[in-house]
Amino acid sequence: MEHRVYSLPKKRMGELFGLISSSRQLFLPMEKGGQFQFSRVDEHTDLEGVSLDRLLTAGSAKELFFPQTQQIAAFRRRGKEIELTSAETLTSAFVAFGVRACDARSLEVLDRAFLGTPRDTMYEEKRSKGTVVTLACNEPEETCFCSVFSIDAASPKGDVETWIAGDTLYWRPGSEKGAELTQELDALLDPCSEEEPEGLIQLKQQIRSIIGKLPLGRLSLEQFRPEALQELFDDPAWQKLSEPCIGCGTCTFVCPTCQCFDIRDFDTGEGVQRFRCWDSCMYSDFTTMAHGNPRTSQVERFRQRFMHKLVYYPANHDGLYSCAGCGRCVSKCPNSMNMVKVMKTLGGAQHV
Amino acid sequence: MSVDKQPFKPLIAAFCCNWCSYAGADLAGTSRLAYPAEVKIIRVPCSCRVNPLFVLRAFQRGADGVIIAGCHPGDCHYTTGNYYARRRMTLLFSMLDYLGIEKERTKLDWISAAEGVKFATVMNDFSKEIHALGRNTRFGDLRCTTAVAQ
Amino acid sequence: MHNSSCTVKETARKILESGQAERLLGWEQDSSGYNHAPAVFKSAGELDRFIYDRFCGSNLSKLLARLREAEGRTAVLLKACDRESFNLLVREHRIDPEQVHRVDIECSGMVDIEKLRNKGIKGIREITESGDELHISTLYGEKRCRSEEVLLEKCLSCPAVSSADAFDAVGQMEERSSLERYEFWKEALSTCIRCNACRNSCPVCTCEQCIFDNPRSGTAGKASADFFEDQHFHLVRVFHAAGRCTDCGECTRVCPQGIPLYLLNRKVIKDINELYGELSLEDKELGKGALTSFSFQDAHPDIIRKRTGDQ
Repeated sequence: MEHRVYSLPKKRMGELFGLISSSRQLFLPMEKGGQFQFSRVDEHTDLEGVSLDRLLTAGSAKELFFPQTQQIAAFRRRGKEIELTSAETLTSAFVAFGVRACDARSLEVLDRAFLGTPRDTMYEEKRSKGTVVTLACNEPEETCFCSVFSIDAASPKGDVETWIAGDTLYWRPGSEKGAELTQELDALLDPCSEEEPEGLIQLKQQIRSIIGKLPLGRLSLEQFRPEALQELFDDPAWQKLSEPCIGCGTCTFVCPTCQCFDIRDFDTGEGVQRFRCWDSCMYSDFTTMAHGNPRTSQVERFRQRFMHKLVYYPANHDGLYSCAGCGRCVSKCPNSMNMVKVMKTLGGAQHV
Repeated sequence: MSVDKQPFKPLIAAFCCNWCSYAGADLAGTSRLAYPAEVKIIRVPCSCRVNPLFVLRAFQRGADGVIIAGCHPGDCHYTTGNYYARRRMTLLFSMLDYLGIEKERTKLDWISAAEGVKFATVMNDFSKEIHALGRNTRFGDLRCTTAVAQ
Repeated sequence: MHNSSCTVKETARKILESGQAERLLGWEQDSSGYNHAPAVFKSAGELDRFIYDRFCGSNLSKLLARLREAEGRTAVLLKACDRESFNLLVREHRIDPEQVHRVDIECSGMVDIEKLRNKGIKGIREITESGDELHISTLYGEKRCRSEEVLLEKCLSCPAVSSADAFDAVGQMEERSSLERYEFWKEALSTCIRCNACRNSCPVCTCEQCIFDNPRSGTAGKASADFFEDQHFHLVRVFHAAGRCTDCGECTRVCPQGIPLYLLNRKVIKDINELYGELSLEDKELGKGALTSFSFQDAHPDIIRKRTGDQ
């Protein structure tokens, strides 16, 4: 179904946010303690802190659908019985506005992991209640490489796709959910007469020309085929690549596609609370079993992370890579080791 | 939980050295000196045994105040334990204060086995201070203090 | 900086060519112009990729400690801020000085790429330096910026770079009321994602198994399910480094959330200096730290209660 484009003067975006937040929870990229994060906005929020110019939030939009910690259940002993309370899983309908193309793609990656068999009901609940409003990237950064994974930052896929061109916000529903939201905002959004307004066409061209110039835009994925699995696994380059890795979880936790979690019990003194939380394959206790950790050295852990993203995941999911090229690991790694260096080195070039 | 409607009943964790302060508590008891029941005594072999983690854990599980009582300097059963405890707790209390946790919630005092009166006085005074401060809302784990205890 | 950069590379070449060391721990150039990773160079031929410029903030001491099992001598490049942590690791027997060829290098401050980005500089292609200015060529035009405005936090109080007092910010924090401090830390620490970058990059965090990784410790936690966990993690981390932290600034540099961790570390250092005086080098060599020694005259913890600034 083709949807038409709507427009709104940029200066009226505050009203738009007000209208959305009157019926649903609204999350926007906001500055908090010097960092940009998706934060809940309501009528009391000062919209000064909203930043749609800044390309990426420190953490990705994944947090809204797959939070770092989620309560699962609580147990409590009553006499000889154990009382079990399931955690509250209801989420109210929400809108994530300003999601970039890379983060939107990462949700596809997560969907395949969580909505396959067995279905992850906690993720499903959030995913079904959330409407993703994407925003085109007017000024991509040098760390961006989404185009490598065929993501178009000039036309970001989502429930609603938006662009800010000069003084105008363009809005195009991209799904049923998006059309529903659009209907609710009928009073503000003005349908455009053309199929694609001139301002929008120009902006898209402009964005695509910048993407063409991005230094990391031409990385090759040719090497990362399922058939090359063993060869890549045995590549001696892993040793050298993992040398600077300090085994922290920064890359994992800022990554929009990392999906591993751990389930832990917390003893409150009066009972047990079971929760799940993000886990990192870089940690020494990741997937620890009775005999210990299956990957005993940092080289193995390091290799696991990148092999999973570039080889194992696409092999199991019709060639979809578990990386969206957002570049967060590129800018956040404490020791400047990242996806790009791995891709360059294993792809044949030394990462200089 | 409707705790807030009930009068505030604080919880105070008192780590007492086996050789001095714990005996001091005994003496207070046998001398029929009253000190508040909200003071929960935890016997430790020496004030130096109190790992800062114990203090943090006590707060996590809902303590409103934590007091450590040991032998007077020079009287340590193990000669120097209380000197180490003194430094450790000074730095810990300072850090807690720095993080914005009320500095009156933590205390260290020296109470000998012969000081039953002092034991009761110190506990009474500390308890009064905690009553005045009210519930500890800045440094507890909500999961321990509310969620499960519905 | 450019001059010293060439000198450092020349020194590195001489060390490897003369066989004074089997390998050299330095930094490897990245095409981004700033994302240089620490690397081990095994021969002079590998030094083509060697770089030493304004973007070599990482402290190599910790990586050096990981190489202790390696055969032969390792040469290491140490900036002023890295030297103290190197000394500490030697004192704690984590580094065998016999196996190390230590090279002290000059530094005029390292640039924090995050600070450049926070100035609205996007799409960085190349950064060159002229005088005290950085010229940044970006996808969106040429930008200029005074280098002193974008230095890493640790450089701002480095005697080689600035005359600022490292403890000023701590003093200002102490002046605030208890509630203000609580609110400050609540906002700052609740952004923590528990990635452990601060711990893993810290040269004094050298435990074989950290208490936070040990499922039997009762304190292991991978996530902050409650704000208490944030307070707890950072308190314990700082406390374990108390009396040992050399204020090398790695934790603050690596934090992906930009938490001002230096304010915690420096508070402990300030307390120790004020209450117990700085330990003499001789004491340090005997392995005495602030928390592993005492004096009969030490203050009673009640002095904390006597501080001003209630509520």
